[in-house]
Amino acid sequence: MTLSNRQLATLKITLFLLALIPAAHLGWRAMTDGLGANPVEELTRNTGTWTFNFLLLTLSITPLRALTGQHWLTRLRRMLGLFAFFYGTLHFSTFIGFEHMFDVNEMLKDVLKRPFVTVGFAAFVLLIPLAATSFNRAIRWLGGKRWQELHRSIYAIGILATVHYFWLVKITAIQWPLLYAAMLAILLGWRARERMRRYGPFPKTPTVQPIRIVDTSKFG
Amino acid sequence: MLIQKPADILPSEITDRALYQRRRDFIKAAAAGAIAGSLGLPAQAAVRGTPLANVQKSIWTLDEKPTPYESVTTYGNFYEFGPDKDSPGKNAHRLRTRPWTITVEGEVKKPRTFAIEDVLKWGALEERTYRFRCVEGWSMVVPWIGFPFSEIARHVEITGDAKYVEFVSLADPEQMPYVRVPLLDWPYVEGLRIDEALHPLTLMTVGLYGEVLPNQTGAPVRLVLPWNYGFKSAKSIVKIRFVREMPKSSWMKSAPDEYGFYSNVNPDVPHRRWSQAQERRLGEFLKRKTLPFNGYAEQVAKLYTGMDLRKNY
Repeated sequence: MTLSNRQLATLKITLFLLALIPAAHLGWRAMTDGLGANPVEELTRNTGTWTFNFLLLTLSITPLRALTGQHWLTRLRRMLGLFAFFYGTLHFSTFIGFEHMFDVNEMLKDVLKRPFVTVGFAAFVLLIPLAATSFNRAIRWLGGKRWQELHRSIYAIGILATVHYFWLVKITAIQWPLLYAAMLAILLGWRARERMRRYGPFPKTPTVQPIRIVDTSKFG
Repeated sequence: MLIQKPADILPSEITDRALYQRRRDFIKAAAAGAIAGSLGLPAQAAVRGTPLANVQKSIWTLDEKPTPYESVTTYGNFYEFGPDKDSPGKNAHRLRTRPWTITVEGEVKKPRTFAIEDVLKWGALEERTYRFRCVEGWSMVVPWIGFPFSEIARHVEITGDAKYVEFVSLADPEQMPYVRVPLLDWPYVEGLRIDEALHPLTLMTVGLYGEVLPNQTGAPVRLVLPWNYGFKSAKSIVKIRFVREMPKSSWMKSAPDEYGFYSNVNPDVPHRRWSQAQERRLGEFLKRKTLPFNGYAEQVAKLYTGMDLRKNY
């Protein structure tokens, strides 16, 4: 199936509006006193969860495209990634705003002292260059290959986010980070397997090189 | 069901005239709860409980504003009813608080099993407004109703060998759905050193906000230790054992490097993964400073003289 530009535009607008629903719902709850007894905790948790959801959605595009052959899916990936950044920014804002009242020094101390904050902060910082280079001209400036290498840091970001989640919950809530870790493992595991399938297994003799059939730049 | 048989209300619990009107509200609320229950809907957490009579104000009051009833009853940890803060409010209507007995045994001259009704007749109850600080970094102020734990010790006549007290909570999978899930080592067990248990601040709690303890807050009887992190204040207690050795609590078994036996509120000793220097009072947006022993240092610090509280966390 191929989509016309018009169809794709409709799809993108729909997806854009859908992706705003969690934020709109949260805003509605905040205004109508619907965030429960500890609103700040709920804001932080909710935005954190949606950041992770969009990270996983972004990472699922490539496997989905490969499995279904629907190449237009790739054209939705940038928006999903930017929504991960959007929710990540909200998440970070609740952290710096409500935890540290915008005191950057206090925040940095916290980042250094508490490992779960350290990894969460690292994941957020690593998202910034990806969001900043998410337009077509940036791809041209960097060159497709370098751009792609840069954007592979999304794998590391996913792992950091998982560690962040594991380290912040009590043992009684361990099922949630376990679930997210399992989903991430499937998405990254699929990529690893594809890589093995296409390039490996490598022969033991060092002089014999595998024949490269596929241009690496086609990997996402 | 939250309140299954209004017939079970005891003389000692029956309201005086001043509270009569509130009792009418309660009956309406109970009816609403019964309808919700029969439809298989979760009973509303905010259904008001039976007012408690024979309650005296005590010297333990605070200038701080009590946390709204709504927050106290919809937000909290009670893992027997589920892992989330709102799980107890949604699921604790399944707890049956009558009949209820508390077995007291161990290093005592008169081991006994008390019916909760009899315990409530021991004497006047006290209303004490305490700060309550959770190890997770949130806090509240609650007007609890109860009696000093030392009353229990007096009734069973503890011996000189009673060095510690172990508290065991109910773990009935029929009433507490998450007891089937090994979140913690069930039943929930907590422990205190005998001097902590006998300290006048240690409250056996049967009510809050003038009413019988709502199920989700640990009905029908729980501990409240205002200078310890909240998890020390065991809920829905069925057994109390006076013992010679330091008991191992459920949290000590679950994560010994994160939860110790003493668990004093201490801004200077961080949890292994987060700071304890500040807390967020329910209903407030910005954090406030956590006080040593949750503000009760004057009363309890002497219990820990000479102890390294960094090691004995």
